[in-house]
Amino acid sequence: MNSSLLFLIPLLPLIGFIINGIGFRHVPKSLAGVIGSAASLGAFAISILAWNAFEGQPQVVKLFDWISIGQLTIPFAFQIDQLSLLMLMVVTGVGSLIHIYSMGYMHHDEGFGKFFAFLNLFLFFMLLLVMGSNYVIMFIGWEGVGLCSYLLIGFWNKVTNYNNAARKAFIMNRIGDLGFLLGIFMIIQTFGSVEYLEVFAKAANGSFSINDTVIVTITALLFVGAMGKSAQIPLYTWLPDAMAGPTPVSALIHAATMVTAGIYMVIRSNVLYSLAPATLGVVGGIGLLTAVVAASIGLYQNDIKKVLAYSTVSQLGYMFLALGVGAYTSAMFHVMTHAFFKALLFLGAGSVIHAMSDEQDIRNMGGLRKHLPVTFWTFFVATLAISGIFPLSGFFSKDEILAHVFEHNQIMWGIGLFTSMMTAFYMFRLLFVTFFGEFRGTHDQKHHLHESPATMTIPLIILAVLSAAGGLLNIPHVLGGGESLAHFMAPLFELSKQVNPDLFEGHLEHSTEYILMGVSVGAAVLSILFAYNLFMGKKVVPAADKDVTGFPKVLQNKYYVDEFYEAVFVNPMRKLSDLLYSFGEFLIDLVVNGTGRLVQFLSGRLRLLQTGETGFYVFAMVLGILVILAWNLLLK
Amino acid sequence: MIPHLLSFLTFHPLVGSVVIALLPNSQKEAFKWIAVFFCACQVVVSAVVYYFFSTQTADFQMVEKADWITLSMGSLGTVSIDFILGVDGISLPLIMLSSVVMMVGVFSSFSIAKREKAYYSLYLLLTTSIMGCFLALDFFLFFLFFEFMLLPMYFLIGLWGGPRREYASIKFFLYTLVGSLLILIVMIGLYISVIDPYESELAKTMVHTFDLRLMTDGRNYLPDSILTPSGEITLLGVPSRMLAFWLLFIGFAIKLPIVPLHTWLPDAHVEAPTPVSVVLAGVLLKIGGYGLLRIAYPIFPDAAAEYAFTLAILGVISIVYGGFNALAQNDLKKMIAYSSVSHMGFVVLGIASLTAEGLNGAVYQMVSHGILSSLLFLLVGVLYDRTHNRLIDNYRGLISYMPLYTIITGITFFASLGLPGFSGFIGELFTLMGGFQSDRLPVWLTALGTLGIILAAAYFLWTFQRMFFGKPWAKNPTELPFLSDLNRLEKWMLIPLVLMSFALGIFPGWLFSLSDKTVSHLLKIFE
Repeated sequence: MNSSLLFLIPLLPLIGFIINGIGFRHVPKSLAGVIGSAASLGAFAISILAWNAFEGQPQVVKLFDWISIGQLTIPFAFQIDQLSLLMLMVVTGVGSLIHIYSMGYMHHDEGFGKFFAFLNLFLFFMLLLVMGSNYVIMFIGWEGVGLCSYLLIGFWNKVTNYNNAARKAFIMNRIGDLGFLLGIFMIIQTFGSVEYLEVFAKAANGSFSINDTVIVTITALLFVGAMGKSAQIPLYTWLPDAMAGPTPVSALIHAATMVTAGIYMVIRSNVLYSLAPATLGVVGGIGLLTAVVAASIGLYQNDIKKVLAYSTVSQLGYMFLALGVGAYTSAMFHVMTHAFFKALLFLGAGSVIHAMSDEQDIRNMGGLRKHLPVTFWTFFVATLAISGIFPLSGFFSKDEILAHVFEHNQIMWGIGLFTSMMTAFYMFRLLFVTFFGEFRGTHDQKHHLHESPATMTIPLIILAVLSAAGGLLNIPHVLGGGESLAHFMAPLFELSKQVNPDLFEGHLEHSTEYILMGVSVGAAVLSILFAYNLFMGKKVVPAADKDVTGFPKVLQNKYYVDEFYEAVFVNPMRKLSDLLYSFGEFLIDLVVNGTGRLVQFLSGRLRLLQTGETGFYVFAMVLGILVILAWNLLLK
Repeated sequence: MIPHLLSFLTFHPLVGSVVIALLPNSQKEAFKWIAVFFCACQVVVSAVVYYFFSTQTADFQMVEKADWITLSMGSLGTVSIDFILGVDGISLPLIMLSSVVMMVGVFSSFSIAKREKAYYSLYLLLTTSIMGCFLALDFFLFFLFFEFMLLPMYFLIGLWGGPRREYASIKFFLYTLVGSLLILIVMIGLYISVIDPYESELAKTMVHTFDLRLMTDGRNYLPDSILTPSGEITLLGVPSRMLAFWLLFIGFAIKLPIVPLHTWLPDAHVEAPTPVSVVLAGVLLKIGGYGLLRIAYPIFPDAAAEYAFTLAILGVISIVYGGFNALAQNDLKKMIAYSSVSHMGFVVLGIASLTAEGLNGAVYQMVSHGILSSLLFLLVGVLYDRTHNRLIDNYRGLISYMPLYTIITGITFFASLGLPGFSGFIGELFTLMGGFQSDRLPVWLTALGTLGIILAAAYFLWTFQRMFFGKPWAKNPTELPFLSDLNRLEKWMLIPLVLMSFALGIFPGWLFSLSDKTVSHLLKIFE
């Protein structure tokens, strides 16, 4: 394949953005969606070509030297290797499905063309992020997807809450980005380059010992960036709010692709992270904590998208947990399966919301199974997958993570297992309450219930197939598989293995693996049964907000973290800015104007001497002569 | 090569100024178009200068030198003031920026509706003094242009400004005058310390000089003079060279402006008419940064290196303090004025870092801020022209009335808050990178500076959301009929500037290639 074709991958969505963006209101609706989707499909097609042409060695394709200053050169170049190819497939593949879905979902929206323009722009930046051959290009893509996330969360910009959510997302991400930026500065200072291949080669040349302070600092700073983008504690609260955006956006940006950028970044920098087990410890710890906390909040949410949002935060935590124990491949595996089933869940939720005339509260749903059969069945597949039921994709990826965690630390494994039980519970709670039982909505809504059009259901079906079969990518040896993903990705971690072989050691007995699998599936089934008993047997409907008390109320209010941030960070910032303006500026001007007044005052006094009377001047002159005489004669 | 190109670049607007002054008052249309003609001419000439400019050398290029004033003072030697103009990699970007901003400013001036004759005449006078400032290589000549800027600015704010224009203009005038005085003191000190070796040889007597190029060479200082590089002379217990550096720094810091010497700026901006704000933020502030790079740093490298940390702290304080203040504003124009303070802080940080990244970044940031602040003030002007009101709280959902205006404001806000793809990102990236790389500055200081980036996101997005999003609403409903979208003239002013910021953001290498040689030459004296 001609390597210049690679540039078309991000270029096509960019062209789509330009056509739909500049031509907004002029491009007819039917065309806008087609252009947007075609751009995405085109990028997908070329990605497949690139996949087929890939020969196993990382390939860097340089466009031009972007910046050259002093000793530093930053080329504008793309790197094609196992990692970027996998990300390309996920981003363009899932992205294309969501574009097609959006043609149906956004059909009635007046901002249809604008929506596709933004979606294409997002793809462009996301592709830049995963294809760039150095940290600066990654950062450009990183900020760019943040912009698109902002634009799409606040897509319906007449609603103040949505705008608040958009702003919160951008600013919170910015905080993370600063960490990333400082990390890049430090990389430049340490390695004199930002190119991945150069940096990693220098990092692995033996001059850095394990847990070298510099490397630990760099990786920690980069991880701050990942915390922001991938919604980890403490920078996670923007993601649930981000559900204000249209549902396809939640599926594409806030579930399948953008939020996994943090994981991509850590895997990309695996050499550095392997050199810094101390940072990996933090990564794993934060990941686990996020997974538990978010899952527990998910137990009591009643907004269909909020449940999925917390589930996303929790699953991202899972991925960081995997990274934390050095299981890079497992994290990437989970990124992929999660992209399938979570995109499917969101698109299914979108189909429900579409049918329910924009209702999102599951307490007002129920019994939708009969009216939305395709949506129901695909949603069911995804729910099974995320709950880790054999043999769906989620089972394989989650089990792999848990197995690695078990090798590493059994307490963490226990907490991880507990999290996965909560996951199975809240997902089946969602499924049962939404699709089973009696319909609880208004008469009007009932009247309008309908299955979504084919543009929406076909992507659902494709994603359902992927969610079901995605596990085939990496079937473990113990189940007679070839671990093909692990083999494919192995070259990425060669340097890591070289610098820190301990991280990759540890091997479980087959019998242990069987037990672990059994335990995790058993646990999931147990919580599904529990949910079944509660919501199908006893036909419980989640209580109205005012009837929730005690710890569930704390959970429903997300541990009051938003209120805490508001009180501890946001308000003091506001107060400080008001104080600096009212008091600081006042003080400075007091000095400035005071100086002016003083000069005026003194000059006013001096002016009194200028009387214009000859007599006074003669008197002053005589006085002066006397003083000089006295000085010379008496005092000298 | 065209002879006297730089003189032409500097002085031809003066011709326009005189022509306008001589025309009868009734020729209102003619004033505008004469001004447009001369500013356009300046854009073309600066493009020609760019064409002949070589990026391969750090030397001054297209130098013009003429004896201007020579006075024999008997035993005291000879007073020699020369007329020297020249351009290098630091001044060229600023020259091109100025010519563009002045051009845009003229179009924006079309809304001025009183005393047009005086206005355009002063405007062109200002144009000449700005160019002169960037091109002069003789300290005396520089000072002359520097002072001369004050006069038209004072009147432009004081006569065409808002309700508190007199307070604002006198504040501006006094602040800047104090700065000039400090610079004047140092200029005299330098003059008595430095001699021109060639002229002295010829004249067989000590010929003192104001030539900035000679002042950078320690060998040209008289051994016992007050500013001798040996640094033995002290004044009030302070080494004289350190003192002189600080006087210069304060003089330029007022212009830049650096907290706490900035309070003239918000007042001046709030009262100034739109085009004057554009020129003020777009060009005049840069003379502060330019002065540091052209005069303070090359002549007193010892002091600059010694106080790098203090200077960087001042820069970071400006970044953070300006950012916080911008967050507190309800007047759109004041918000932007404080954002200028914050963004110019990056310039100081970059310069103080004494690294290639930092200094190139500072030059870049000046150009970038010149474009973006011009845009921002033009955008305020668009709203103000329609409603004579620019309080943020008075509007909501402007996107419904003015979609294109909203889009361009959105792009400009994002460009200003440092979104990659636009110039603001590169400027901030490289000044911060310089701060980080510098072994003279601690890491935490730069890390603190990055806070400015979060603050910028906060105040720009908060403002954007409040004014443009939400349900369409205006506090004073009678204004609603006036909220029409951009007219053709406004589009012609705004869109090219947006494109410039974009182009610089995509191809920053172009601008860096202009300044890199000069900057590395400057940095050699610090090694």
